[in-house]
Amino acid sequence: MPQVQPAPSREPLLTVENLVVEYAVGGKTIHAVSDVSFQVVRGETLGLVGESGCGKSTLGRAVLQLRQAVSGRVLFDGQDLTSMRGDTLRRMRQRVQLIFQDPIASLNPRRRIGDIIAEPLVISGVKDAKKRQQLVHDVLSAVGLDPSLVMGRLPHEFSGGQCQRICIARALVLNPEFIICDEPVSALDVSIRAQILNLLEEMKARYGLTLLFIAHDLAVVKAVSDRVAVMYLGRLCEVGPSEQVFAQPAHPYTALLIEAIPVPDPDVRPAESVAVGEPPSPISPPSGCRFRTRCPRADERCSDEVPELRAVAPDQFAACHHPLI
Amino acid sequence: MTEPVLLSVEGVAVDLPTPRGNLRAVDQVDLKVGAGQTLGIVGESGCGKTMLSRAILQLLPRKAKLSGRVMLDGQDLVQLAPERLRKLRGRSLAVVFQDPMTSLNPVLTIGTQLIETLQEHLELDVSAARKRSVELLAAVGIPAPEQRLMQYPHQLSGGMRQRVAIAIALSCEPKLLIADEPTTALDVTIQAQILDLLAREQRRRHMAMIIITHDLGVVAGRTDEVAVMYAGRVVERAPTPALFKKMRMPYTEALLAAIPKLDAAPHTVLPAISGRPPDPTRPIKGCSFSPRCRYAAGECFREKPLLAEAEQPDHQYACFHPIGTAAGVEA
Repeated sequence: MPQVQPAPSREPLLTVENLVVEYAVGGKTIHAVSDVSFQVVRGETLGLVGESGCGKSTLGRAVLQLRQAVSGRVLFDGQDLTSMRGDTLRRMRQRVQLIFQDPIASLNPRRRIGDIIAEPLVISGVKDAKKRQQLVHDVLSAVGLDPSLVMGRLPHEFSGGQCQRICIARALVLNPEFIICDEPVSALDVSIRAQILNLLEEMKARYGLTLLFIAHDLAVVKAVSDRVAVMYLGRLCEVGPSEQVFAQPAHPYTALLIEAIPVPDPDVRPAESVAVGEPPSPISPPSGCRFRTRCPRADERCSDEVPELRAVAPDQFAACHHPLI
Repeated sequence: MTEPVLLSVEGVAVDLPTPRGNLRAVDQVDLKVGAGQTLGIVGESGCGKTMLSRAILQLLPRKAKLSGRVMLDGQDLVQLAPERLRKLRGRSLAVVFQDPMTSLNPVLTIGTQLIETLQEHLELDVSAARKRSVELLAAVGIPAPEQRLMQYPHQLSGGMRQRVAIAIALSCEPKLLIADEPTTALDVTIQAQILDLLAREQRRRHMAMIIITHDLGVVAGRTDEVAVMYAGRVVERAPTPALFKKMRMPYTEALLAAIPKLDAAPHTVLPAISGRPPDPTRPIKGCSFSPRCRYAAGECFREKPLLAEAEQPDHQYACFHPIGTAAGVEA
């Protein structure tokens, strides 16, 4: 049964324009995010998928200005975050929150849960301790924890799944509009993962959130996303409505990713994996299309010319000279 | 199972002393693997699957107490002298671990590690061992194997390191390979390549294999038989097609249902399993899954169901109210 979702309006809440993020490592440059542009409209969930090292986490951090971009703009609700500093930026961040992969590592082991969740309120200037207490209480109940049992305890007293609930509560306590979830369930077991995914969906409806959901697991991304963006070695390969992209991928990399997922059905014989090698280093990415070294369709044009994201179907865009559709 | 039995695990239990009391990590497990067959052991973290594999390999932590028998090719590994055991490991019994960075020695070259294994077990001279190493690296799909021999593990990618670990494991033609979460640390496109590599080498060598994983997707198309573990016990065991099509144990059903499916529409509510696995230092009376089970009734909370064969040979489950049976309907 599909959950009732607020219909996404067409108004973009987040716009990323030609974002470039690079790291200097030992005199070399890692091209983590190269010329990435996308939009997230109010009320939708955009899933961002890719393998490790593709730049998806860097992209998430660059949106929040936790990573300085080399160039490009990040517009949140029409305002450019890249030009904001200090207080203005801090105030803006109340509207955008982040949930990390490792829920245990993202909680301070020496502080009590009640204080951990109240911290964002303190920082944002909620001076009334009673009011803070009430807000913490409410948000803990919302994520399915019993406030009276939880508030006085320390993070190590909780399991991974419960810690992720606490992290979600901390992200929600400021009543944000936008949450970046960076691999929020990949450290969790299957049975707990489903609980947390359901909780995120519930919270999205209840708090009217817009989500950027970063993950490497396509099935998890599809379960929660209205649209998906596929990233490879710092560039976007494909963007489109989830169902459409999964049914009819246009970029050969998207097709490869979908094919590689192990299906829990013994009748589906795993397709013999194509000998496509491994991703090249982001220090010296291939010229032209970055996927060309592993792509069965690559030709000369792919090494000469960087493919732009182009419409291949209604709302579906692919950066490929030889798209599958 | 038509193949002769190669490995037989009989009544194996592993106890670990902890500050909070005894932890029974593996509880009375019986398993059989035929020559050339593949067994998948599936379970969530803490279910005892890794401890079981360590018990088979006789690589348990020093303080662990092991009871039961582990028969490989007619020999009880539990009774074997350390020296005999060392000869056997690597030669007849090999293992591939989850994290190739920690299973390879970071200060020795790939070549040294491979050649050492070959010399130790096959008594080859250096040049023969070197030649064989190059062949092995080529067989596991490593480009430019000659040059790789001189490299250190940190110079290789995660996927390449796992290929090296597999090459070392395969080097002495083991009869049984235990792969403990061999692809969990790898990306999905690399995972498919490594699983294919394992399957191909297994067929070629007629080697038996145990794949230990938390991912039902990994075992579905790649094993002959699957054992599902929960709280230290095997709770269901069946030939792979039967397990997926006619699962009896509610835990197996719930585990499969909780996986997001690619063909489901976005925003579909996932049938999550409520609660979490029991604390292994506080054993529960009755079925360990009963507090989370939607079929649990009376006796489930009082008595532990035994793993027993029912209507189908080879299909065993530990449940009072198995799905799809009269007793299950009653619940």
